[in-house]
Amino acid sequence: MSLAASRPAFAPAFQRFRRNHEFWLLAVILALCLVLSIATDSFLTLQNLFDLLTSNAFVGILASGLLVVLVAGGIDISFTATASVAQYVALTLAIRYGLGWFPMFAIAGAIGVACGSVNALFITRLRISSIIVSIATLNIFYGLLIFFSGGKYITSLPKFFRDGIWWFEYDDASGAPYALNLQILVLVLAFLSAWLLLNRTNIGRQIYALGGNKDAAQRLGFHVVRLNFLVYAYLGFIAGVASLVQAQLAQSVTPTVLVGKELDVLAAVVLGGASLTGGVGTVFGAILGVALLAILQNGLVLLGVSSYWNQWFVGLTILCAVSITAWRDRRRRSAAAA
Amino acid sequence: MSIDARAPWWGLSAPRFRGGAAQILSLVLVSLIVIFWLLLGDRLFSVRALQSMAFQLPELGILSLAMMVTLLSGGLNLSIIAMANLCALAMAWVLTSHAAGSEGLMWVAWQVIAVLAGVAVGTIVGLINGFVIAYLGVSPILATLGTMTMCKGLAIGITHGNVLSGFPDPIVFLGNGTLLGVPVPLLLFLALSVPVAVLLNKSPFGHRVYMIGSNERATRFSGVDTKRVLMGVYLLSSLLAVVAALVMMARFNSANAAYGESYLLVTILAAVLGGVDPFGGFGKVGGLLMALIVLQVISSAFNLLNFSPFLTVAIWGALIIGVTALTVLFERLGWRRR
Repeated sequence: MSLAASRPAFAPAFQRFRRNHEFWLLAVILALCLVLSIATDSFLTLQNLFDLLTSNAFVGILASGLLVVLVAGGIDISFTATASVAQYVALTLAIRYGLGWFPMFAIAGAIGVACGSVNALFITRLRISSIIVSIATLNIFYGLLIFFSGGKYITSLPKFFRDGIWWFEYDDASGAPYALNLQILVLVLAFLSAWLLLNRTNIGRQIYALGGNKDAAQRLGFHVVRLNFLVYAYLGFIAGVASLVQAQLAQSVTPTVLVGKELDVLAAVVLGGASLTGGVGTVFGAILGVALLAILQNGLVLLGVSSYWNQWFVGLTILCAVSITAWRDRRRRSAAAA
Repeated sequence: MSIDARAPWWGLSAPRFRGGAAQILSLVLVSLIVIFWLLLGDRLFSVRALQSMAFQLPELGILSLAMMVTLLSGGLNLSIIAMANLCALAMAWVLTSHAAGSEGLMWVAWQVIAVLAGVAVGTIVGLINGFVIAYLGVSPILATLGTMTMCKGLAIGITHGNVLSGFPDPIVFLGNGTLLGVPVPLLLFLALSVPVAVLLNKSPFGHRVYMIGSNERATRFSGVDTKRVLMGVYLLSSLLAVVAALVMMARFNSANAAYGESYLLVTILAAVLGGVDPFGGFGKVGGLLMALIVLQVISSAFNLLNFSPFLTVAIWGALIIGVTALTVLFERLGWRRR
């Protein structure tokens, strides 16, 4: 199938811009890392790196899934509710029937796929904008979960789950142990699978085409409805998996703790250069977006800034980043017009 | 691209969900009233129940108005709640630190100054939103996501998440008093709705807002200074949020960085349920009022039936999907509105 025809004529310039965006983002992150390495002793340590990866894995995994939906030209903010439902049901069943790792992830993933498909069904059949659908389903999933669960915590998780995984243990000179834990493993797998899906499969090219120009994608013979089901179900699946990773880290299930984080994930993906109009965004960019917010917050703590100010700095970063991007974009276009 | 980023900035565009949902909504309202009347008898419409509804509706109502004006222009404003809390804290700070210790004329003056402080904060945030969206061309969802995080961050940074409480009687009266049996918040809400409706439907500014929501580029080419109009839209949205802040803090007799956060997405639902097109250009204040009444009747009836408030939220979500489904169904049956 000739995909070249579906790509707009300004593709090379746009590709360059995208490279620029990531290059610029990477430069900011490296500068931030340099400053933090000089200003603090604790930033550039293996321990801190592991802590950063582990504590930001949940947001990172979700970001990899949301990226796929944004590239397809949609938006979904119900994934935190999906994750809450998946987490609660999977672990309740795991405790009751003594399930192991695989069935647990299978159940969480299946619930995620089901919730994602509900979103896709409403979006494609009712033809209302995806943000309205996902706001509605966020409230439905979450409301029903709290209604049926009574908002109760689950703290007595199975022992093997509380222990998590601890592969390739390595002791540094001072004897502190490091190992590959569940959070880092799934984080890497999630980004890898998003990269494979978007960059190494025919479906990935179709997703970009759908986000770039829906009508053109449809005329090229792509099955738009099926693609929509695929991206929303994919995000649901990722949300289900991420929810177990989060529960393992928290060592408990709290149905109310995840909802409200959806806009944080959106901010990270958008910082990475994904566009809300679809068709634009890369896995590398999403990783950088998550990394920037993670390193910023980590750095502020290490520098001794009260953690109460974290959110203010995050907001400032988002506002500056989107403003600079838009302003540069605008200047480039007026330069092209002249 | 800034122009396209403003019109269909979320997902799959489709036949628009136009302002004619009023018929379906009135059908829904009548059937709800019949069902709840059968279940609850006269309890739903006792004076006490009606009065408590009238106390609860304005909070969501004023915030929904603030959301609605931006939706009409084809944007949206995620920062309304965070900004309202910041304004409430500014007012609360003046009230608790100055008004509490003064007497007579100064006591009155400090209360006026407190309200002005809230207006000042709202104006600043509104101008930032407007500038970033209109002049830098950032998509509204991203710009207001940034200001939302900054406002909340600032509020948390300053208060450390603490509550400021204890206001003078006139302020508390605004949230809890009644005039001739009618709750003051409801009067305030109506006193705002009427001028906003007139402004939107009878003034040149209003016409331009609708025009920008329908087609911003065409509006600009027809000689309208769209940037100034958009500045006005976000400023108006901010000022409405300031009034919401005043009502909320008066009602709780306290202010905090995190009050009412769950309202954010519900305001979008209320507006869309009331027939506001999420892509801009269509929608009336009357439709919004009707949607708010429907939501409030459900919430009050569920409360009387001792259902969980989370079930209410789930039903609200289901309602918008149901109403949209009915609209699509009627269109398919050939029953065209407009």
